[in-house]
Amino acid sequence: MADQQLIPHLFRTEYRKIVAVLCKYFGLGGMENAEDIASETFLTATQTWGLHGIPSNPTAWLYGVAKNKAKNHLQRHTLFRDKIAPALKGDESMEQDLDLSPQNIIDSQLQMMFAICHPSISPEAQIGLSLRILCGFGIEEIADAFLTNKETINKRLFRAKEQLRTSGIKIGVPGPPEIEERLSPVLTTIYLLFNEGYYSISRDQPLRKDLCLEAIRLCTMLVENAATNQPQVNALLALMCFHASRFDARTDRNGGIILYEEQDPSLWNVDFISKGGYFLQCSATGNKLSRYHLEAGIAYWSTQRADIPEKWENILQFYNRLLQMEYSPIAALNRTYALSKVNGKAAAIVEAEKLELTDNHFYFALLGELYTSIDDEKARLHLQKAYSLAKTPADRQAIQKKMDRHATL
Amino acid sequence: MDEYLILMRLDIITKEAQPSPEQMQVYMKKYQDWVGGIAAQNKFVGGTALSMEGKVIKPKQIITDGPFAEVKESIAGFITIRAKDFDEAVSLAKLCPILGGEGNSVEVRKITGGHN
Repeated sequence: MADQQLIPHLFRTEYRKIVAVLCKYFGLGGMENAEDIASETFLTATQTWGLHGIPSNPTAWLYGVAKNKAKNHLQRHTLFRDKIAPALKGDESMEQDLDLSPQNIIDSQLQMMFAICHPSISPEAQIGLSLRILCGFGIEEIADAFLTNKETINKRLFRAKEQLRTSGIKIGVPGPPEIEERLSPVLTTIYLLFNEGYYSISRDQPLRKDLCLEAIRLCTMLVENAATNQPQVNALLALMCFHASRFDARTDRNGGIILYEEQDPSLWNVDFISKGGYFLQCSATGNKLSRYHLEAGIAYWSTQRADIPEKWENILQFYNRLLQMEYSPIAALNRTYALSKVNGKAAAIVEAEKLELTDNHFYFALLGELYTSIDDEKARLHLQKAYSLAKTPADRQAIQKKMDRHATL
Repeated sequence: MDEYLILMRLDIITKEAQPSPEQMQVYMKKYQDWVGGIAAQNKFVGGTALSMEGKVIKPKQIITDGPFAEVKESIAGFITIRAKDFDEAVSLAKLCPILGGEGNSVEVRKITGGHN
């Protein structure tokens, strides 16, 4: 690796490890300090390596510097405390070395995952903090991902850290009685993180893909840890792998969205598809069906290229169950599309018109699709309505494509 | 929007009236399509199918195996839905696929605000 790429690369992989270990070391009240020390470590590396060259083991070098900085910080901190409160003198417990062993790095990251993704922290704050502390994203990257500026993100993260500091949450992976309940917000945040990358309107392709891969990495950590290797975690991982398999097929060269039915299946990533299949199998234990199981089932059938009746029948049944568990307009629309593939367009129109999602452009796009070749004038009007309701350029572009195709029929 | 209970009754006692496993699969699919259609309108609240076993408790603590052996229409399942009025609730219930079977019935009841 070229020298100038080494530090950014190490920052990518090591910052999050160092910061998680430091957060656990200092406690949730010391997150700012943890971030400062981790950042200073890289600053020192940039300066020293520039002058004296790259050390033989850069990672070990970084860990050593982080350890010293943590120790110095504590000593300063203790000195200050000793002056104002001499009674507290002799607290040796905090003086032990920072443990940057592989096991403690993983433990710290898992424990921080549960601390950050706690129900008492707002979802927005959970995602921001996850990106910063668990994924090691820079403030600028987080701002780009959310299409906002650095000040907004700084404020958001500051508030989130305040919430965490005052929440009284203990750093640790919860035990068996609690684990299922506590896993739920962790999985929600991971899935939101993934969706942020998969569906966000940010045009920065590599950044969006990174968000998806980070979500997959965090979920993989949960699967690799015995206590958190639960069926619903495997189901979520399978789901994300199946979706990620289409990452390269779903956008064109200009960043426009290519709809599922227009994608080139040869661009679907077979490694992700087979990974997804493996974790889907692992998820098929226990007697609880989570929404991730159902969504993974849908995603699995979506990776099957052949337009066979079995595919759409299965997708329809998964959507039926998913909607009973949790309603969402997009699931209702997708169910109706699957229904049209199983029972025909006429039957699907009857069901679609009951949905009454009259402020939703996808609703009219679906009706336009269903009416095509049944009542082409109606189809045209529905597509026009969809176009007028679409909110983003990408959505308008996708509907325009449908309109163009419809005009040539 | 009010909530309504849809009670599904069918003969689960008479041997000849019971579906084969293959038929059962078809029935379940139709049932799921019906409930899925209600859920797609955001009008599904909850509910489930019931197993065949049951106990019936009568005054003086007399417990017998149920469901009620005397009646051919046992409760096979129930769902609760949201609807703006009785008419809408009935129009959703009308599409219940068990109504394809002779002797089966579906009952719609409005849920009132609890026991008080």
